[in-house]
Amino acid sequence: MSNASLPPTAELKLYRRPMSFWWWLERPAYFKFVVRELTCLFVGAFAILTLLQIRAVGEGPEAYAAFAAMLASPAGIGFSVLAFLAAVYHTVTWFPAVQTTIVLRVGEQRVPGSVITGAHLAGWFVVSVVVAYIVLRG
Amino acid sequence: MAETIRLEVSRYRPEEESEPTLQSYDVPYNKDWVILDALNYVKNQIDGSVTFRWSCRMGVCGSCGMMANGEPKLTCAVPLTDYDPARPIRIEPLQFFPVVRDLVIDMSSFLEKLSSVKPWIIRDDVNATEAVEFKQTPVELDAYKQFSMCINCMICYSACPVVGLEPEFTGPAAIALAQRYNLDSRDKGKEERMDALDAHEGLWGCTFVGECTKVCPKNVDPAGAIQLYKMGSATDYLKSMLLPWGTK
Repeated sequence: MSNASLPPTAELKLYRRPMSFWWWLERPAYFKFVVRELTCLFVGAFAILTLLQIRAVGEGPEAYAAFAAMLASPAGIGFSVLAFLAAVYHTVTWFPAVQTTIVLRVGEQRVPGSVITGAHLAGWFVVSVVVAYIVLRG
Repeated sequence: MAETIRLEVSRYRPEEESEPTLQSYDVPYNKDWVILDALNYVKNQIDGSVTFRWSCRMGVCGSCGMMANGEPKLTCAVPLTDYDPARPIRIEPLQFFPVVRDLVIDMSSFLEKLSSVKPWIIRDDVNATEAVEFKQTPVELDAYKQFSMCINCMICYSACPVVGLEPEFTGPAAIALAQRYNLDSRDKGKEERMDALDAHEGLWGCTFVGECTKVCPKNVDPAGAIQLYKMGSATDYLKSMLLPWGTK
């Protein structure tokens, strides 16, 4: 239903507040979100590093020794620590969000979100223990 | 108990100024009042030119959404006593929307987005003028009931940075309402809605910040609805690619 006494929206002098470049600092939740998104850079870089490591294995013992020395340098260790922290941050902030994306029912009852998140965290822990065992046993 | 609290109200009078300014009003710090009551006190007792929308005063109509100290709030549902009377409450129009005057925003873009997702039951086997009945089990009702609580207050839009960054983004409430009808056992319009939503500015514009769910005054969980929609869309796509009979 239109009202003849009001001008069409196109004729109004609307004020549009510009979006600040610093919008991600305006609310803690925005900041946490942006940090979570940025962690993908470290995770992606670590994945590329792993591919390069596999290539070094294929190139022979000398190439792999040089690659391992690079990883053991202060810069290499520093990057690994940063990538680890980024992966942990991403995981602990992502798994609680997963419960909104999955609807599971047992009979007529919906499985509580805390159970879904708990299952993901438990699975992550088990996989981490297995990987740590494989890597560290030698 | 303090006797008054100060409201710093955003004023925008397009015939007089090019951008909003703040104007202060001292109102009684009444423990029985919500923010909307304080604004109505300003309107009725101090300055009748202050302009804002409201209607039901009971969290149903969704008209009185505004920013209170930078947080999008349904002002009829927020007691004054949630705020320290020693500090002013800054009342501004919902962010990420164009401002018409003072606290009134232009909601035409939202209404266009809302209608684009066809938030109604779609069936081609029923004449709209005839009385028909579709029974639902409690489980079928439960599948969409939470999402049907949306009152179109647009508070979720004001919490979503994607709405501010990409004005074409369909946004939380509209997508949640689309999902509400998709999940309704009486509805057959899922594919029609997907035409409007399976685009960058539709479903996939959501980056899952999650603030829409946190600020929703009706506990609708738009972020959950959107992620479920994405999961359903991706699953349907995979089925159509991998299975010869597709999603049928």
